[in-house]
Amino acid sequence: MNRTKALPPQSPAMKKVRAVLMRYASAIFFIALVGIWELVCRIGEVPNYILPSPSSIFHAFFDVEFSRWLTHLWATLRVALLGFGLSIVIAIPLAIAMVRSELMTRVIYPALVVVQATPVVAVAPLIIVLMGTGDVSRVLITCMITFFPLVVSTTTGMLETPEELVELSQSLRAPRYRETWQIRIPYAIPHIFSGLKVSITLAIIGAVVAEFVAAEQGLGYFIQFSTSFFKIPQAFAGLIFLAVISLLLFKSVTWIQTWLFPWSLPKKK
Amino acid sequence: MTQAADRAFVRMEGVGHCYNPEGGPMAVQQIDLEIHRHEFVAVVGPSGCGKSTLLRMVSGLLIPSAGNVSVFDKPVTEPRDDVGIVFQKPTLLPWLSVRKNVLFPLKHKYGRYSAKDEKRADELLDMAGLAQFADRMPDELSGGMQQRAGIVRALLLNPDILLMDEPFSALDAMTREQMGFDLLKIWSDNPKTVLFITHSISEAVLLADRVLVMSQRPGTVLDLIDVDIPRPRTEQTIQTPEFAELTARIRKHIYEPH
Repeated sequence: MNRTKALPPQSPAMKKVRAVLMRYASAIFFIALVGIWELVCRIGEVPNYILPSPSSIFHAFFDVEFSRWLTHLWATLRVALLGFGLSIVIAIPLAIAMVRSELMTRVIYPALVVVQATPVVAVAPLIIVLMGTGDVSRVLITCMITFFPLVVSTTTGMLETPEELVELSQSLRAPRYRETWQIRIPYAIPHIFSGLKVSITLAIIGAVVAEFVAAEQGLGYFIQFSTSFFKIPQAFAGLIFLAVISLLLFKSVTWIQTWLFPWSLPKKK
Repeated sequence: MTQAADRAFVRMEGVGHCYNPEGGPMAVQQIDLEIHRHEFVAVVGPSGCGKSTLLRMVSGLLIPSAGNVSVFDKPVTEPRDDVGIVFQKPTLLPWLSVRKNVLFPLKHKYGRYSAKDEKRADELLDMAGLAQFADRMPDELSGGMQQRAGIVRALLLNPDILLMDEPFSALDAMTREQMGFDLLKIWSDNPKTVLFITHSISEAVLLADRVLVMSQRPGTVLDLIDVDIPRPRTEQTIQTPEFAELTARIRKHIYEPH
């Protein structure tokens, strides 16, 4: 992108300042935003139970025992990861079945769309009634919200395999499962990872939704619990934890892709 | 050419094909062609004239709706595993090294390959001038090198027939000419029956023993030309009067309405 081409000539010092600004632009913006937030809260004397200031949120982190944070964090992470894992285990075989058989596509696909079109938040209480208030229900809810993007991305990727390679496989008279495992699935890897990136952030949403409905621990539960006692700074602290683990999980998916499938990354210019 | 003693290796008799099973326009019709063992036959014709259809029929990937295709007197009724196919694009697998791409047909067909196979792959790569790139990934190679690796992959199982579907059409003009000569060298070292689809008239004349000229869709045979230019052919061949004469004859078919 050539957004910098029409600039007037600059001194080397100016260039350096620009380079630094460019590099830390998002950090500077973020800090400025937090600063303004703090100022608005102080100058406007906004009460903590309406909009807590960044400093009060910071203090709220330490009002809660570290071990309690860990318990909540682990509960949410556990549900999110189990649900995410379960949806991988379900989605990929489903995608393979749909790619290999038109009948399966006709049978499964409409059902998938119906499940996806039903708001999971609305179904969640019913699942709790059906499956109890344990981890199983929460994992199921998470799975329901995460598996659709995975099925779609895996199917799309497998169908984008070049026709020539399918012909090569046919002309070698190779067993069908090798066409799937040696050609189609690897070809779908970039798509699968796009799906995984969407799903992993949805997994946190799923876990939190499930905790809102029924839970005794977890960050979603913690936020709801804190809000009901007007401990808004604490709720914000919980929210920040959620955002951080969501980001870390998202990053982990990218790291795993870079580590295991470096060829599948878009080429750098 | 129809004498019993001179048995055709690949034989097509009255072959026609319609992609719509319920009827409709034919893609190709009334094709009669005999290819001899280790002969190099090029097929030229306008886009969409069914050149690739012809190639897929010989490989058994497509069973014609009319007529018969046979290889060594045996009718082709299912995909044959004794053909090597080179596609328009190299279609190497981006997650495998060049060597593993070349070995892929074995890995794919049997699930494994031996050290002996690896040695053969390396010899073939060496012959194609790719020895030092064996451990590279496909995207580190130029288009021409990738296509050479594609040809080497097609040769791995030592097929009797090499089917090439416009293999050089994605390359730039200079690379393309060089690839033609490279292919002739590979072919003279490993004689194969070659069916070479192209839309370049000069490429067809430069490479082939015979050139089949096809008409607009539905593709039929307009002419079958013997290329009596001695081998080995080089860049000088292009300047000979015979070469000019033959390309002119083909051009006449393509540009003049029939």
